[in-house]
Amino acid sequence: MFAYIVRRMLQSVIVLLVVGLVAFSMFRFVGDPIDNMLGQERTQADIDRLRAELGLDQPFPVQYYKFLKNAVQGNFGVSYRQGRPVSTIIAERAPATLELAFVSGFLAITMGIALGVFTAIRRQGIAANLIMTVSLIGVSLPTFLIGILLIYIFSVELDLLPSFGRGETVMIGNWSTGFLTASGLKALILPAITLGLYQMTLIMRLVRSEMLEVLRADYVRFARARGLSDRVINFRHALKNTMVPVITITGLQLGSIIAFAIITETVFQWPGVGLLFINAIQFVDIPVMAAYLMLISVMFVSINLIVDLLYYAIDPRLRVDARAT
Amino acid sequence: MTDTIETPTAPTKSRFAKFWDSDFAWSFRHSPVALMASLVVLILLLAAVFAPVIAPYNPFDPASLNLMNGFTPPGTPNAFTQETFFLGTDDQGRDVFSTILYGMRISLFVGVSAVMLALIIGVILGLVAAYFGGWVETLIMRIADVQLTFPAILVAMLIFGIAKGVTPPEYRNEMAIYVLIIAIALSDWVQFARVVRGAALVEKNKEYVQAARLIGRGPIPIMFRHILPNVLSPVLVIATISLALAIIAEATLSFLGVGAPPTQPSLGTLIRIGQGFLFSGEWWILFFPACTLLALALSVNLLGDWLRDALNPKLR
Repeated sequence: MFAYIVRRMLQSVIVLLVVGLVAFSMFRFVGDPIDNMLGQERTQADIDRLRAELGLDQPFPVQYYKFLKNAVQGNFGVSYRQGRPVSTIIAERAPATLELAFVSGFLAITMGIALGVFTAIRRQGIAANLIMTVSLIGVSLPTFLIGILLIYIFSVELDLLPSFGRGETVMIGNWSTGFLTASGLKALILPAITLGLYQMTLIMRLVRSEMLEVLRADYVRFARARGLSDRVINFRHALKNTMVPVITITGLQLGSIIAFAIITETVFQWPGVGLLFINAIQFVDIPVMAAYLMLISVMFVSINLIVDLLYYAIDPRLRVDARAT
Repeated sequence: MTDTIETPTAPTKSRFAKFWDSDFAWSFRHSPVALMASLVVLILLLAAVFAPVIAPYNPFDPASLNLMNGFTPPGTPNAFTQETFFLGTDDQGRDVFSTILYGMRISLFVGVSAVMLALIIGVILGLVAAYFGGWVETLIMRIADVQLTFPAILVAMLIFGIAKGVTPPEYRNEMAIYVLIIAIALSDWVQFARVVRGAALVEKNKEYVQAARLIGRGPIPIMFRHILPNVLSPVLVIATISLALAIIAEATLSFLGVGAPPTQPSLGTLIRIGQGFLFSGEWWILFFPACTLLALALSVNLLGDWLRDALNPKLR
């Protein structure tokens, strides 16, 4: 157990070091920072002085070490485009993305599990079949087209919901929230559905197939023979046992939600980190790109680590296997 | 007198007839989904290949454009020029039907090239990993595992962003298509490597491989001449499904503005342009490219699903 955790963590650290190397190389080899910072009228002495000041005359490993040290402290330099520290910009944008991700994740999990259980129990029903067919279409539609479709229906034709932006936001400390105003909540609906739909169908189909599997198991048949009510069997016996794979997939999908938020944020011009990243790519704003790369890798690596360890904690069978080998 | 020897005309059927009678072809002929999907793919493919012949206008030739034709609704004559456009025109008077044909060309070119590149990288690395084992295998499969934890579209975006930074600004538009291909390919090779490795691990201990090794063939001929043909069917399935994903990935990236440049618009770029006119009521600029993209991606996807069932490889 202990050896497993250590090995797993070591692996995560190596991944992060490699990602850091990629991000650092971007700084080092994409354009010359001196060019970006000094104007046309410069002397060799100026260049040398700035080079020494920035530590660019030091050997590569030393520079890399310094870069990592700065990154760990949240110091990613200054955005080429906005001229402000990257960490400040990201801190401003993060609440928008996190609120969107939270709402759509919540939507995906609750709706996904509910619909999954429903379609599994009423397998033959018309409603269940309809849901399954619609979900198939939902999976094959690209995210950005779903967003555009929703905008067309609810903003253009029905004129019910806003098609872009966050609406009014309220500042709580450094956190700008859209949860507290009516326009903020209204602006959240379409992006949250767009972002959550794919994950919802995924969770729904997973819960359904797991439920169907479990409902055939002996202990469920035994529970039925004992005369337990359907509700107790479905939710106490069956659903509980489908949760392990669902938790794994949901955990792994958490990262995807943040990644797909880039697409949703662009469609709805949602002022979050994803939109910032897309703009950074378009304008080759290296510090912002590098910072986003580092942030998202830390997130993905820790999510994976946590899911792996959780899996290990939840499922006792894995522990037995590990001991046996 | 010449005695002609009766050459027994053996009842060997032609290759085509043999193929026609195979289980594979039978299952194809009896699957309405596969027939429909391949028909749609074939039509779209031909339309894309022969775009310069079919398209009534060349949307990239400024001489053929007339700004007065802008925003002509589909099928109705323009108020100023009285010209009629089958699917209407966009803001600059470009025929939507023609831009779709040319856009599909770029979408398909990027999609197919990206999948081919991913296939080559994945197959080589998968074979090498399975054949040599040891630290080579560990290294390749570790990289694959780590990459798999990041969504492919994000990986493609990052590669595109880095490549864009590295290329000098004056070449960026020209290079964008190729950078896009490489970005999508590098985000997609893992699937191929994993499947090929899995299948090759089984094959490599079979007798024919041992025999080949015994007569002294080197590792490269064994990998590519002996093992590869036997692991190709799952690769084919993955390639088809990957093609659908690659087309969607390309469209998504272009839609986000980090893909095909405006000078060479793909279907995604067209949808991006069309989105701007959604509110002013010019729905056709968005609608027709979106439908084409859907038809293309959906039918390739269905074809891939059918292929998986028909070949029934050890995929799952």
